[in-house]
Amino acid sequence: MTDAAPLPAETPLLSIRDLRTCFRTAQGVVTAVDGVSLEVRPGESLGVVGESGSGKSVTFASVMGLIRKPGWIDGGAILYRGQDLTLLSPAAMRALRGREIAMTMQDALTALNPALSVGEQIEEVLHAHDDSLPRGRAGRRAARERALEMLRLVGIPSPEARLREYPHQFSGGMRQRIMIAIALACRPRLLIADEPTTALDVTIQAQVLELIAGIRERLGMSLVLITHDLGVVAEHCDRVVVMYAGQVVEYGPTRAVIDDPRHPYTRGLLRSIPRLSALDEPIHPIQGQVPELVDLPPVCRFHNRCPDRRAACMVPVAMRALSAERGARCILAGESP
Amino acid sequence: MSASHDPRPLLAVDGLVKHYATRRSIWDAITGARAIRVQAVNGVSLNVGRGETLGVIGESGCGKSTLGRAILRLHEPTSGRVTFDGTDVTALDRDGMLRMRRRMQIVFQDPYASLNPRKTVLDILGGALRIHGIVRGADVKDRVVATMESVGLRGSHIGRYPHQFSGGQRQRIGIARALILKPDFVVCDEPVSALDVSIQAQIIQLLGDLKRELGLTYLFISHDIAVIGYVSDRVAVMYLGEIVEQGPTRRVLAAPRHPYTQALLSAVPRVDGTDRRGRTILTGELPSPLAPPAGCKFHTRCPLATGICRTAAPVAVQVGDGHSAACHLLTEAA
Repeated sequence: MTDAAPLPAETPLLSIRDLRTCFRTAQGVVTAVDGVSLEVRPGESLGVVGESGSGKSVTFASVMGLIRKPGWIDGGAILYRGQDLTLLSPAAMRALRGREIAMTMQDALTALNPALSVGEQIEEVLHAHDDSLPRGRAGRRAARERALEMLRLVGIPSPEARLREYPHQFSGGMRQRIMIAIALACRPRLLIADEPTTALDVTIQAQVLELIAGIRERLGMSLVLITHDLGVVAEHCDRVVVMYAGQVVEYGPTRAVIDDPRHPYTRGLLRSIPRLSALDEPIHPIQGQVPELVDLPPVCRFHNRCPDRRAACMVPVAMRALSAERGARCILAGESP
Repeated sequence: MSASHDPRPLLAVDGLVKHYATRRSIWDAITGARAIRVQAVNGVSLNVGRGETLGVIGESGCGKSTLGRAILRLHEPTSGRVTFDGTDVTALDRDGMLRMRRRMQIVFQDPYASLNPRKTVLDILGGALRIHGIVRGADVKDRVVATMESVGLRGSHIGRYPHQFSGGQRQRIGIARALILKPDFVVCDEPVSALDVSIQAQIIQLLGDLKRELGLTYLFISHDIAVIGYVSDRVAVMYLGEIVEQGPTRRVLAAPRHPYTQALLSAVPRVDGTDRRGRTILTGELPSPLAPPAGCKFHTRCPLATGICRTAAPVAVQVGDGHSAACHLLTEAA
């Protein structure tokens, strides 16, 4: 039970170690997640940032045990409170999902069941996961009460009437709230929110993010916020993990990473977004595109887009710890830019 | 050429209205029920100067895309007038409008949905040239290659189909299609919203470069305030089919006068780590454009609404040089 890396101040709730998740495609095997290690501490809010194809959603679908053929977990460990989830039986995994760890999906309309009322969908989760619920009619009544309470918690107006309505009768923002209600119904210790506000307007986005932050504080839950928006991370996350082409390229406390990014991709992302506070500063796009994840050469994955690339980058680049809290996968990470 | 010294705006939109009627069922016809009208654009007036970029910002359903399409008559306006370079576009017949479209083009949001998957880049871009009879024969190919290269695509990819390109490259095809006719004016309808962050910046930069090189005028529609702030000279803020505030971009973003613009700006998550706890978070959602609220349409979500806001619609008042806003609070203060 000895680990080479220094132990963090707090024991993590979730610890992903060297995870590899692959998919078989017509073009060959795609390693969508390639050696990802990260941890989520009790009560913290962790941002996971990356663009399409970075592996951020697949990493957490792996945590939830949602990888199905043609995909598989090829290696590594997912330790939740010390227990390796990759070794659990489907039944044990089902018992954990919802009760201990819950996940909300980006597209609420496809994630919700169109044929069940929202009340039925919340009650379904309770019946499946909450053993404290009594059997029979009393249990059904208790579940209905709890469903009502959840709709109130997520701020749905006139919840008694809306409990009987179906997903298509709700707006996009309200649907995202319903998915959060379903995810939180069994009071999980860890909520994984996959792009919860990407499909929403900015004023509704602010409402939903404040809602999640408020509930997190009240329930003392841990949160993983998967997003492409560094502004959302800056405002809502204690720490951040930046992913690129299936790997973690940088991690650390949010403020430190944003103020002093050590990976050229993180720097590039920050320089490519216009900022309201600095509209006179020109934006600098990252040139080129993300590499195809099939048959990747064993070199730094960012080298083809990197302004600082050199011959030494044409080897596999490992994560370099910069301090107990920070790391970057770049040979120049130790030097100031 | 005195075109650039012409003080008249290139585009003048006056009281533009676009209503859609919902479909009536047989039962509605029997009972004589009227079709419900969706007031997508409700009396919008604006000018765009030569070489200027006017940003149009608003949330989904505010009518900003309908506005862009009604200006080009891709959707026929219900009423109002659109004047382009002195010509009343709304009065043109079919042929006249076709000729005018050479000068007025559009780039769509979704580079996946707006390109025909069965056509090659040569067909897509060459089609526009053929319809307008601009160049013929071998010249078509030369013009297509030149346009592709001007937007950063390889001319050797002329025979490829849309699915063989990435999202960012597909948006470059969409831009090339708009520019191959050498227009003066382009409606950019959420041109970067479907793209990843690092690719967004490439397209924003490309649109800026092309504008400078070709002397273009843009109507740039987006829900992203930072993008609008970066690309536009002036900005119009839309809410439920109406412009609630309009003015020079820097001024509107630094000192917004309409409560909706203020809330919109305050809701944007910021990388700089401004304290989010001081912000105004709007309660409630956008009302349905099928049944917009009476009075000021924003009163149902406005933190400052008073009695008059529920009954009377505010008119736009000048609050600075070229800066106007439609809010009762501004009229009272004046």
